[in-house]
Amino acid sequence: MRLTLREVMLGMRRSPLLSTLSVVTIAFSLFAFGLFGLLVLNVDRALRGVEEHVEIVAFLADGTLPESISAAMGDISAFPEVARVDQVSPEQALARARAELPEFQDVFDASFLPPSLEIRLKEGHRDPGTVKDVTQRIQTYPFVDDVRYGEDWVKKLYDIRNIAGAAGIALGLLFAAVAVIIIGTTIRMTVLARSREISIMRLVGATDGFVRLPFLIDGFLKGLVGGLLALLLTWGANWLISHNLIQTFFFDPGIAFLGVLGGGIIGLLGSALSVGRHLRRV
Amino acid sequence: MIRFSHVVKEYPRTGLALNDVTFRVNKGEFAFLTGPSGAGKSTILRLVIVEETPTAGEVRVSGSLTSGLPRAEIPRLRRRIGVVFQDFRLLEDRTAEENVAFALEVTGAPREGIPARVSRLLTQVGLASKGTSYPKELSGGEQQRVAIARALVNDPVLLVADEPTGNLDDRATRGVFQLLRDINAAGTAVLMATHNLDLVKRNTYRVIEVNRGQLVFDSAEGDGGAATVTSSTPT
Ligand SMILES: Nc1ncnc2c1ncn2[C@@H]1O[C@H](COP(=O)(O)OP(=O)(O)OP(=O)(O)O)[C@@H](O)[C@H]1O
Ligand SMILES: [Mg+2]
Repeated sequence: MRLTLREVMLGMRRSPLLSTLSVVTIAFSLFAFGLFGLLVLNVDRALRGVEEHVEIVAFLADGTLPESISAAMGDISAFPEVARVDQVSPEQALARARAELPEFQDVFDASFLPPSLEIRLKEGHRDPGTVKDVTQRIQTYPFVDDVRYGEDWVKKLYDIRNIAGAAGIALGLLFAAVAVIIIGTTIRMTVLARSREISIMRLVGATDGFVRLPFLIDGFLKGLVGGLLALLLTWGANWLISHNLIQTFFFDPGIAFLGVLGGGIIGLLGSALSVGRHLRRV
Repeated sequence: MIRFSHVVKEYPRTGLALNDVTFRVNKGEFAFLTGPSGAGKSTILRLVIVEETPTAGEVRVSGSLTSGLPRAEIPRLRRRIGVVFQDFRLLEDRTAEENVAFALEVTGAPREGIPARVSRLLTQVGLASKGTSYPKELSGGEQQRVAIARALVNDPVLLVADEPTGNLDDRATRGVFQLLRDINAAGTAVLMATHNLDLVKRNTYRVIEVNRGQLVFDSAEGDGGAATVTSSTPT
């Protein structure tokens, strides 16, 4: 083990530029994951707040019979996605409008407001797809005039979230691939520089695993360092945004730890993928 | 110990290096492997240490069939075989001691026993006082002794030497050869490829001669006809 660590240190000293490059690309890879991950995390939080208010309002035609309304309410509350259905009379609607909107201060006649149903969805069913789906089903009642929901901006937030997530994954994977290639190059150089040592190790009966181990540990450690660097960068970026733009949330420690470990795994993968191939040529 | 039966070795680009070679070397035996340059001596030794496997025929070393030997088994077999080369193959950035210790470290020997074992081996090869010298600071004969000490770390049952005296002057050659004889006397089989016919003639050890990939003489067979070939072979 001590021997192995010594070899790792030797490798770092032998090709400092490539070693640094490996660490930095791994850091970039995880930084990309981290930044876009933060975006997703924060949009998600915002959406969760928004979703609690997701409400479908169905305006009913004038003169709809109370029996039809209660039958529809029964139907709709039986939808698996629906949490509650409330009936809002014109008077209640007016009272709300008066409370919220100053233009309604002087309006006392509620008859111009249509009666409506307010439908709340269960948690987990508040995404744009489900909302739209439920809306369409409600629209099929002949006495439903119009259905409204916060369609546009909820959908926009979702889009942002999904695009950010995809961009983060794409960019992160790109950097990870570059990191794996650079680590492979580093290993090729190290194997060449140490070919004599390696052939002697083989000759005296060192196992493949033993010959390989320093390279794997080297890759893993570089990955961890890259991961820590990425964590630092992401944290810094988050701090800047929080202090200058809007309050944001950071990853909890478990996720941050997984991210750093992910760096180690990228490094390990880079080493594992190339070490066997290069060692075979010695 | 070593058993070749009808071994054929063909290299991808240079073609046939060995053709139908059959011989065996017994436990504790000493055998010279001779023949002109390019005859296939090194190829035979590479087959013994499983750096290569035969194209056809069988090579058995210490009971193991080398063809189809699982990769994981090769290191285990090599630990039972010591190997020495003409060019010593020492690590220039390590002292004599460190070079010997290296072989122990990389084969997973317990750390605490290493220094004592190294100094015992260096004493055995007559280099007790040169342990902290780097290869550059040692003569060719001394470097070869370090290499032999390294080959002995795991108490091999077989020592394979490819022209171990090829780079040495007469005096160093005699010293290194004496060391190999001592090692053999202690029970280790030795297979030594050499060009040095003087050395071969002055000893009564067995001689196996190859030429153009074929075994042309084996003193253990006592074949007079083949012996004629030996004397007429230029070296
Ligand atoms: N790795 C290799 N790849 C291809 N051909 C090889 C290889 N090693 C040896 N040969 C060929 O095999 C033949 C035998 O070579 P080998 O090295 O065994 O001879 P040798 O008896 O050891 O010669 P020398 O006395 O010069 O060391 C030669 O024709 C050589 O060109
Ligand atoms: Mg040779």
